[in-house]
Amino acid sequence: MDLYPLYNALRIAAISCVIVFFLGIFFAHWVAKLPRALKGILDVVLTLPLVLPPTVVGYFLLVLFGPNRAFGAWMMSTFHLRLTMVWYSAIFASVVVAFPLMYRTARGAFESFDPTLRASAQTLGLSNSYIFWRIQMPYCRQGILAGTVLAFARALGEYGATSMIAGYTPGRTATISTTVYQLWRTNNDALAFKWVLINVAISFVVLMAVNLLEKRERREAR
Amino acid sequence: MSVKVDIEKRLGDFHLNINFEAADVVHGLLGASGCGKSMTLRCIAGVVAPDRGRIEVNGRVLFDSEKHIHLTPQQRKVGLLFQNYALFPNMTVEGNLLAALRGQQRETAQKKVAEMIRRFHLEGLERHCPSQLSGGQQQRAALARILLTEPEILMLDEPLSALDSYLRWQTELELMDLLDRFSGTTLLVTHSREEVRRLCDTVTVLDAGTGRGAMPVQALFDAPETLSACLLSGCKNYSRAEKIGPDRIRVSDWGAELRCGEVPAGLQYAAIRAHHIESAEGPGENVIPCRVQRVIEDVFSTILMAETAGGTPLRVELEKADFRQTEAGQTLYLRLPIERIMLLK
Repeated sequence: MDLYPLYNALRIAAISCVIVFFLGIFFAHWVAKLPRALKGILDVVLTLPLVLPPTVVGYFLLVLFGPNRAFGAWMMSTFHLRLTMVWYSAIFASVVVAFPLMYRTARGAFESFDPTLRASAQTLGLSNSYIFWRIQMPYCRQGILAGTVLAFARALGEYGATSMIAGYTPGRTATISTTVYQLWRTNNDALAFKWVLINVAISFVVLMAVNLLEKRERREAR
Repeated sequence: MSVKVDIEKRLGDFHLNINFEAADVVHGLLGASGCGKSMTLRCIAGVVAPDRGRIEVNGRVLFDSEKHIHLTPQQRKVGLLFQNYALFPNMTVEGNLLAALRGQQRETAQKKVAEMIRRFHLEGLERHCPSQLSGGQQQRAALARILLTEPEILMLDEPLSALDSYLRWQTELELMDLLDRFSGTTLLVTHSREEVRRLCDTVTVLDAGTGRGAMPVQALFDAPETLSACLLSGCKNYSRAEKIGPDRIRVSDWGAELRCGEVPAGLQYAAIRAHHIESAEGPGENVIPCRVQRVIEDVFSTILMAETAGGTPLRVELEKADFRQTEAGQTLYLRLPIERIMLLK
């Protein structure tokens, strides 16, 4: 059994997860400071990928990154970098689809942060970056960790947008989800079942981790 | 060492407008909850920006809307004790104190922290998290943390209200010691006139966001100038008043005319404390005939609710010794001594 889809899916999910971690925290932190009207609109835009069909996300990504489109063509001519139908194309899809999960959980965690802690730290002369990384982030770490794990799980399971922008090339762009579909399509039921089991096992572990984190957070809140 | 504050801030319907000066004293900001006391401290600390005005501490301008000066909280060097103490929950007591000395040499910082821990009786709690401490211990840790930064002024936001009554007295005594030793100006926010009386030298009374000037605490209790100051000082009896002569007023709520001190311009109310009212043998000057509504036995005194001709009852507190047996329904003559009548704007 060729394990390339597992390796590829894990590296795509891991890289996406790191990107989404910082993007989600940055936007959660930034949006909270905006005026109310702008905040409402931006919040909807940033959450949209959560409810859009993945194929719609894939369509948008192809419009942006396709080799015959402005940005895709420019990347091709300037950096000789192909953005579609290569293994890292799936990262674009995973990042967009997993981003809202990180963004929303991080925002929820930041909103629970007691503002008097920030105020008191400021009057003690502590810098704003110290306050963010050493007080606010530890305070919100359970929520942020839960968001990260969820984003990882979602990135691992991404199918729709990935199949549109990265396609399925065995040994190159194949991930677990696209492999399962391909095997099913070609009547290779037994192997498809193995991959399904692998995927279920990973997702099970991930969700267990989220639940444990949330339970610990509730206990600490008491 | 002085604090000069003159600021305005609008927040929705609420309008804060306060000015006062205080130097080398414990200055109280007294007012009911939601009157802008905490907001004032936050403006001085710089975590909330006033709309207009000027804040000066020891000659240093912290905020001036006209000159566009608005120092960050970090630059202001003012200590603010929050109502919930705001200890960092992810750090130990020692970590919290060390955080205040960030940027200093580790060894000197640790020495200073150890000294503070001893001074505030926190020995043995260094490795505890804030959530494991009692309210009083949390407050001591928070105060120690603030004093480590050597603030130029100390601001305390309702320092005693979060404690249960058993702990409160002990903590108040400790607070008195601390305030005695702190050389700079202290601002103390409270809704309790007793705390103002015991802890403060001067006071500003805040009424629905408005506070004008500072006055000695003694003056607040002896000769308040406004009705809100008078009520906050604990006075229960007041009536609308109008001038009918150079030293005569009509108090319509009590249905009487009274002789009093010189009537000030802008007189609106007259008031008298319950324990300043005397019982009289019969009609006379400044004597109001009343009907006793209720007799309430208190621990050291007897409280009478006496109905006046104007409809508003007078609350009278009489020493048990001075008191002849009275029953509800009986007619009683009450004298309002001239020098005890407070004339209010």
